[in-house]
Amino acid sequence: MDLLSENKRAAIWSIALLIVGLLVWEMSISAQAINTGELTEYELLTGADTAKAGVPPPSEVAVKAWQELSNPFYDAGPNDKGIGIQIGYSIYRVLTGYFLAAIIAIPLGFLIGMSSVAYKALNPFIQVLRPISPLAWMPLALFIIQDSEASAIFVIFICSIWPMLLNTAFGVAGVREDWVNVARTHELGAFKTAFTVVLPAAAPTIVTGMRISIGIAWLVIVAAEMLVGGTGIGYYVWNEWNNLDLTSVIFSILMIGVVGMLLDAAFGLLQRRVAYVE
Amino acid sequence: MANSFLSIEKLTQRYPDGKGGEFTVFENASFGIEKGEFVCILGHSGCGKSTIMNILAGLSEPTKGVVKMDGFAVSGPSLDRGVVFQNYSLLPWLTALKNVTFGVAARFPDWTKQQVEDRSIAFLDKVGLSGDAIHRKPSQLSGGMRQRVSIARAFANEPKLLLLDEPFGALDALTRGTIQEELLKVWSGTDQTVFMITHDIDEAILLADRILLMTNGPLARVAESVEITIPRPRVRTDIVEHPNYYAIRNHLVQFLGKRSAELAGQVSAEGETHSPQTVRIDKTRGAADEQPLLQAVKT
Ligand SMILES: Nc1ncnc2c1ncn2[C@@H]1O[C@H](COP(=O)(O)OP(=O)(O)OP(=O)(O)O)[C@@H](O)[C@H]1O
Ligand SMILES: [Mg+2]
Repeated sequence: MDLLSENKRAAIWSIALLIVGLLVWEMSISAQAINTGELTEYELLTGADTAKAGVPPPSEVAVKAWQELSNPFYDAGPNDKGIGIQIGYSIYRVLTGYFLAAIIAIPLGFLIGMSSVAYKALNPFIQVLRPISPLAWMPLALFIIQDSEASAIFVIFICSIWPMLLNTAFGVAGVREDWVNVARTHELGAFKTAFTVVLPAAAPTIVTGMRISIGIAWLVIVAAEMLVGGTGIGYYVWNEWNNLDLTSVIFSILMIGVVGMLLDAAFGLLQRRVAYVE
Repeated sequence: MANSFLSIEKLTQRYPDGKGGEFTVFENASFGIEKGEFVCILGHSGCGKSTIMNILAGLSEPTKGVVKMDGFAVSGPSLDRGVVFQNYSLLPWLTALKNVTFGVAARFPDWTKQQVEDRSIAFLDKVGLSGDAIHRKPSQLSGGMRQRVSIARAFANEPKLLLLDEPFGALDALTRGTIQEELLKVWSGTDQTVFMITHDIDEAILLADRILLMTNGPLARVAESVEITIPRPRVRTDIVEHPNYYAIRNHLVQFLGKRSAELAGQVSAEGETHSPQTVRIDKTRGAADEQPLLQAVKT
């Protein structure tokens, strides 16, 4: 074992844990299934043997995943769309709300970071608005915007704006004075300074904020789509729950995790690109 | 002095002392620097050297007084006054080369990318940096290499006045030696004026035409201006044998060790001007006239 690198040993452990976990899951389900053999008449009558209502074993989830992923983009009416289409809707909403937030949060964060007056003037609003659960905005958004699609995007917008705004302000305010002085002694104008010195200097902090925001946005979209319905992975989970199709529920939960991980990894990559060592 | 290339006139700097009052770092400081001169300033920590330099750079405003360069009052930073900061003056997200092209592109906005890069590479080469080192980030360079990049960036811009704030403070003695020689090499043959802060007496004697001595703060003064009467080109190993070397060195040590404290903290009368006393120590003019160690000439 000592001959293997740390990464390899970790990978072996991960796979072992996965196999053990799946085996325990599989076995506990089949143990339940045996129980159904000794059901009382009453239990049979109340439908306790309905296979659908039970928690499915991982093998069933795997089969389901195979089916869904081999044809992810089919569209057979409003209540029967491929997982790819549902996730596509969710990603579209997340990215739209997220980029709208970025367009506002980053310039505003710059302003707040550069000017202590702007910081002091805006801080009370930020402090009150920031702790509000994004879903609390939903009724208001639905009432004012009158459109469930746009309301979901608005909720994403409002939840992703704060980490980006605060991190940008924090990053910009923390730029070393020496670096700004380098720009000043080279007679760079305000815009040139902002883009060639302040932005790269604050970029790691800003991207960290962006990464936190995308994580929150992905958490919130599931809940928002459960509320507004229609399309999206959140709606899909809820719909399958109403159908009592737990196999689909578990499968979509896994997909939510995978997509969230990919979004985070993309920002992790960006973070590494803008990182620097002082 | 009023017609010097750089003239510092009645400069006063006060800061809040944190207890509601004010303290005066220096008051009515006045001195001049001639074109092409290499001037070092020596003084104890906290006496206000960096404060003076930041004012010369235009990075901060004095409480009172003016700085004139070529007869025009300095206001705000300018490409005519290059600065090498003590620390962090390189942008850590750029490679060594990009740090220099950053400056050159700002200085010569009409140049093509190739011209900018060629000049940058040439100046990096002058301070002994070439090859793959110039494509590394500052964090991947040694302290000495970083400071070389700063110097290359400053000289590549051909500023009329170059301001150096303890550029070699963090370096070991050997590296210092080589970079000092590189600095002299780059500077000689230009008509650039250099104003440099240092804590190292030997470094100041090696490099400077003239050393300004500051008393301790608060209420510090630029008390003396010591001419370095050792001909150029100077080589570290040779100058120690020059008859003036130890005389000058002793004078500087005496000042920093004793008189900088004795002269400190004198409140000046209203409107008084404090110009440094010129000190010229020269033992080469023959033992016949038996020079006193200190020959003060009031200017
Ligand atoms: N922004 C400021 N606010 C208040 N006091 C300051 C400020 N900048 C400098 N000082 C004070 O002014 C004095 C001179 O500082 P300065 O940095 O010029 O010293 P220095 O001679 O460069 O010292 P060192 O050799 O240690 O670099 C110090 O007492 C310092 O505390
Ligand atoms: Mg200093």
